[in-house]
Amino acid sequence: MQQTNSESKQGSLANAMSWLDARFPATETFEYHMSKYYAPKNFNFFYYFGWLATFVLVNQLVTGIWLTMNYVPSGDAAFASVEYIMRDVEFGWLIRYLHSTGASAFFVVVFLHMYRALMYGSYRGPRELLWLIGMAIFIALMAEGFFGYLLPWGNMSYWGAQVIVSLAGAIPYVGADLMEWVRGDFLMSEVALNRFFALHVVALPIVLLGLVFVHFVALHHVGSNNPDGIEIKKNKDENGVPVDGIPFHPYYTVHDIHATVVFLFLFCAVVFFAPEMGGYFIEKPNFEVANPLKTPEHIAPVWYYTPYYAMLRAATFPLFGLDAKFWGLVTMAAAVIIPAALPWLDRSPVKSMRYKGILSKAALGIFVVSFIILGVLGVLPAEKEYTILAQICTMLYFAYFVLMPWYTRVEQTKPEPERVTS
Amino acid sequence: MGLKPKVFKRQVLKTVEQTALSTGDAVHDAPTGDSSNSDGSSRRYFLIQATSVVGAAGAVGAAWPFVSYWSPSEKAKALGAPVKIDLSKLAPGEMLSPIVAWRGKPVFVVRRDADTLASLETDTEMLADPDSAVAEQQPDFAVNAWRSERKEYGIFLGVCTHLGCSPKYVVTDNFVETGQGGFFCPCHGSRFDMAGRVVKGVPAPSNLEVPPYRFESDTVVLIG
Repeated sequence: MQQTNSESKQGSLANAMSWLDARFPATETFEYHMSKYYAPKNFNFFYYFGWLATFVLVNQLVTGIWLTMNYVPSGDAAFASVEYIMRDVEFGWLIRYLHSTGASAFFVVVFLHMYRALMYGSYRGPRELLWLIGMAIFIALMAEGFFGYLLPWGNMSYWGAQVIVSLAGAIPYVGADLMEWVRGDFLMSEVALNRFFALHVVALPIVLLGLVFVHFVALHHVGSNNPDGIEIKKNKDENGVPVDGIPFHPYYTVHDIHATVVFLFLFCAVVFFAPEMGGYFIEKPNFEVANPLKTPEHIAPVWYYTPYYAMLRAATFPLFGLDAKFWGLVTMAAAVIIPAALPWLDRSPVKSMRYKGILSKAALGIFVVSFIILGVLGVLPAEKEYTILAQICTMLYFAYFVLMPWYTRVEQTKPEPERVTS
Repeated sequence: MGLKPKVFKRQVLKTVEQTALSTGDAVHDAPTGDSSNSDGSSRRYFLIQATSVVGAAGAVGAAWPFVSYWSPSEKAKALGAPVKIDLSKLAPGEMLSPIVAWRGKPVFVVRRDADTLASLETDTEMLADPDSAVAEQQPDFAVNAWRSERKEYGIFLGVCTHLGCSPKYVVTDNFVETGQGGFFCPCHGSRFDMAGRVVKGVPAPSNLEVPPYRFESDTVVLIG
């Protein structure tokens, strides 16, 4: 009896699926992207972060939509509406902390995701476009974070935005007009707040979702790289399935659920016990309403921008008749964009750091250390000895990229294996 | 979960045993989809079920703050606090003006004269619910022919029970049957008598709601 029941149930489910499949590629899409998408079987710890970035993106979208329900983007009401969310709205504090902590978590997982690509050469052909799309996501994410940071309309929001918008003023000839055009006023005001709100809540999320979608499409077309940096598609069995591949579903879906649980432990610990992270996630002057007449004593961007901010400040001398301010802007912009050139800078015969030589390993190590030092310097006040250190680290940061065509060619590499190693 | 406790225990023990004995690499064996081993498939079934249940519980827990977020905030609750109304200037036959709001809804306060009160006892033929049988529409003290604590004062929420428009107070000629006034909703023509009771054959399904209230003195009433 029960047998017949479950059989007929399966029958009607199969009928429903075939009805759907005739009109929409449901099964086909699921198989192409999940159950018959073969990912290398030797993924390690660093392969969690792509999924975690997606997970945090969903968190940001959902909590962001919820915050928008109570947030008021006006000069008079913005700060008060955030306090209203924190104090009066049911679980408003939780939704806001999920969003603010989510912003920091986003950069943590994205930095690790990108570091993975540097280690294993995931930017190399045939994944150059995948890498470029990823860079576009990174830049859109930085813009999204910047626009969002103004919205609470605290004093640090205000002056942070003031400083970054003033950067546009460094551009020769058009700078001053450009600055005014971006602000729509003679100072940072409600006009800019409304623009930033529209960009943060509508424009950039659409751009980000679009880019993330094509990132997935490109990834599933070329297939994932792996810690050995070899192409699993070169070695297929008689059914055309890569010998070193396993279906993404269920193997990596389960794997990623596990990662999500571990991630949530850490994430929730911050959300519930240290949402301000000692002033690094939500800065102290931001508990005071924006005041155009009073700059906070010490201005520092949120931690994920500090490496770039330190490089901006490291430019302290004029060059070619243009002032230091302009070169600071150029340095910062170049620092953000230069990783996009990696697919063409890396001339090594191997992709993965496992088989690259000592020079590449040292270069990556120095790069990571200088990036971290720059990040620390970015939150410290700009004193003279710090500035010299920032200048050295900026040189080292760029040296990693500029010297790459040289050091990846001259060093002794190890041969890549035929099959992936465990 | 289809497993009985005894079966469950056996299953877990078996699972532990298998794990201990297993020497093969699961990742290498698995893609062949070999589930002829009945023990392996029921173990898998159990794990999927257990994970689904835990996952569903987690999803419900995570949804909780997002659902709560939509309920009235502390500010809205504070604004929904009781309101005091002074009735000292309200003459018989009048409705209090300007209309006071409680929780954002208009509160109709009418002072009824003896004729009107008498008509409330006799107009029951034309009413849909003359005895205020629908309990949610009024506090217990208002379950009577005049639907109020004190006969003289009728206090109702001015929200039509059809689709939420605010009815108009009509002093006379609303009801040919009684010659008395009442409430008339301009949106869809629902009519209510001077006790806020709905007339038969109009779109509104029930009587006007009577808010909770109490008299602080003869001329001051606290709504809410």
